[in-house]
Amino acid sequence: MFVLVEMVDTVRIPPWSFQRQLNDAIAEELNKKLANKVVYKVGLCICLYDITKLDDSYIFPGDGASHTKVHFRYVVFHPFLDEILIGKIKYCSQEGVHVTMGFFDDILIPPESLQQPAKFDEAEQVWLWEYETDEGAHDLYMDQGEEIRFRVTDEVFVDTSPTGPATATPDTPGQPGQPGQSTAPPAEDAGEKKEAPYTLIGTICEPGLGLLSWWNN
Amino acid sequence: MEILNPKNANAAMLSNYEVFKLLTDLKEQRKDSGKNKHSVGQQNLNTIMYETLKYLSKTPCSRQSPEIVKEFLTTMMPHKLTKAEKLQLLNHRPQTAVEMQLLVEESEERLSEEQIEELIQTVADVLPGDPEQENAAPADAEMDEGSEQS
Repeated sequence: MFVLVEMVDTVRIPPWSFQRQLNDAIAEELNKKLANKVVYKVGLCICLYDITKLDDSYIFPGDGASHTKVHFRYVVFHPFLDEILIGKIKYCSQEGVHVTMGFFDDILIPPESLQQPAKFDEAEQVWLWEYETDEGAHDLYMDQGEEIRFRVTDEVFVDTSPTGPATATPDTPGQPGQPGQSTAPPAEDAGEKKEAPYTLIGTICEPGLGLLSWWNN
Repeated sequence: MEILNPKNANAAMLSNYEVFKLLTDLKEQRKDSGKNKHSVGQQNLNTIMYETLKYLSKTPCSRQSPEIVKEFLTTMMPHKLTKAEKLQLLNHRPQTAVEMQLLVEESEERLSEEQIEELIQTVADVLPGDPEQENAAPADAEMDEGSEQS
């Protein structure tokens, strides 16, 4: 679930923090920069593990702060392919079952990866598994808040760094009255719909996967 | 900022226990220096620490220790499991054969039924389980000392 990633960065310590121990000041700055943030193609950063190397600190003209190149290791949430994870069902929609782990929310189990046969109950907005036994069919509901065990099948990283001004758009950009949906969407939306930078796609289409209550007797 | 060696970005895999311990120690450390925890910049760290600790405290890793992890890995050596499989066994503490088959790849070909049973038994013996769960099933010889029953 968690991995250690080695990184290098230059950390700026402002002069009013010079009385602090350099290691503490740097640790705080790194956590401020990376904790709870997704790094493209790496994962969700949790917290600093340790500092492996500190280069010399420099002060540049015009800026009273010190700049230090730091080699460090960071704890990152990045499950490997086919890993089994346990989460809670956040809600169900046509797109599938949305699962959350508390610290990480963007997990989706698409309809084709649910235990088959599966049906979407429009009235209650919930997916259910039509489980057939000799006695007849039971409908097993996937309710909100239930603990669910799933296998990671795919991960999607989206680069959400800000883009420059829109280059060639057919409609005039930035009209305040425009609704959320885009007619001719450019490669990246103008910021109305926020895309999750890191999404996990899972499956529960195997014996043992799905709601924990289905398999505990 | 750059990642050293981006192709192989993982320097190491961490078990849930290691992350749990790191976050608990960090929380203790920050509790002592109570001054600037609530500044805007620290909110992200507070949030992620709180949520991750909340998640991990409900998993088997909250009851583990470095000695238990070491003992577990030593007992697992003869079974020839991959690193990822041993890590998942450590994190999940499977109690049924179905869970075992999920965590161990191609378990039908690599392990016989008795070996799977043996693995389940080893996992249950070496890794501490949930005391509430074990109260409900008193079949084991383990007696919890001083457990309160309401």
